[in-house]
Amino acid sequence: MSRHATTSQTVGPFYALGLEWLCCGDFAASDVPGERVVISGKVLDGEGGAVPDALLEIWQADEHGKYAHPEDTQNRPLHAGFSGFGRVPTDDDGHFRFGTIKPGRVPGPGGRLQAPHLVVSVFCRGLLRRLVTRIYFPGEESNAEDFALSLVDESRRQTLIAKETGKEGALAWNVILQGPSETVFFDVGV
Amino acid sequence: MSALCGYRRPAPGTQPSHLHPAYRSSVLRAPKQPLIYLPQTLSEITGPSITRERIDPKACDLTHQHAGEPLGERIVVSGRVIDEDNRPVSNSLVEIWQANSAGRYLHRWDQHDAPLDPNFSGVGHTRTDDQGRYRFLTIRPGAYPWKNDYNSWRPAHIHFSLFGPAFATRLVTQMYFPGDPLLAFDPIFNCTADEDARQRLISAFDWETTTPGQALGFRFDIVLSGREATPMETPQSHR
Repeated sequence: MSRHATTSQTVGPFYALGLEWLCCGDFAASDVPGERVVISGKVLDGEGGAVPDALLEIWQADEHGKYAHPEDTQNRPLHAGFSGFGRVPTDDDGHFRFGTIKPGRVPGPGGRLQAPHLVVSVFCRGLLRRLVTRIYFPGEESNAEDFALSLVDESRRQTLIAKETGKEGALAWNVILQGPSETVFFDVGV
Repeated sequence: MSALCGYRRPAPGTQPSHLHPAYRSSVLRAPKQPLIYLPQTLSEITGPSITRERIDPKACDLTHQHAGEPLGERIVVSGRVIDEDNRPVSNSLVEIWQANSAGRYLHRWDQHDAPLDPNFSGVGHTRTDDQGRYRFLTIRPGAYPWKNDYNSWRPAHIHFSLFGPAFATRLVTQMYFPGDPLLAFDPIFNCTADEDARQRLISAFDWETTTPGQALGFRFDIVLSGREATPMETPQSHR
């Protein structure tokens, strides 16, 4: 007999107690090859207020577009020192900031490569289920042919693409939980 | 690469909606736009694995993290992590956090007027074994008041965080205790339409794991999404 997945519940306001031990500001050690990026931004609620108790989790491929996971059997090299996982909290002002490397392109449906992206889970008090979104990179030509971006109305697509800040390697990207510039969230399952 | 199978979507009513007005914090934080259905790709069917070296073998015992013993009722919380097809989710991280026996979290924002316990932090982690089993020794948490409505109290609960094999199987949930009169009034526990789904969040008292003279046992099995029976479309299958 098949079962149903356990019901999701909120992380609540005090998640840091249990989840902070895996938080880290830089997901890629200095010897991990790849283009360095620092992504920073804010998590904002429906009134534009800062969300000081949010947690982001990032999952990404390495610079060759290879995931550190047994089911990624692409014949590409994998840097053993890069797990592809990161966890970062917001501070009292709703800010977060993390450093990583820009991932390579990974396979998507229809035999086409996806544009470089990070997959993101957002947790906070008030969210009974995590929210799932993606971070894409500015000035990336392959964004135009990315299948996930193509599912999103053009007027909202920019919420998924980090912005240049004028400082090399520094990108800005916000999570807006509600409102006219609400971030696009995806339904990927539980 | 051989054809890959994605992970099943939740059955209707078994997972909460994002907006649940009775839970007031959801009102300004739940998205208003519909979620965009995204077919799973390699990005979602892979996921992080926390390596064995990061696991502190002592972190599954929350009663011996300090010089003295914490106050409260010692309990063993154990169970299996399985998928929707009853397959064990092995070697996977389980993280927990909770209030102390007085209903107070060791967190700077918890202003509940109840004592902290210098011998209890309320945080632990472990990895499931080859059969998907996990076990924690801890203290039964207390109920506590919260600012949802006039005179709101959260039923006693332990927060659980699980990864499973993929990004698509990530789950954060809460475990409750049988017979708790507060469950009927708790908007977080009651966020899900399906009554059976709610009941599965309640642990069961368990003689088998009750340790003579030491601790009562509570069993909490956790189910993560199972695999689709049909492979997803992959670029490799087109070559």
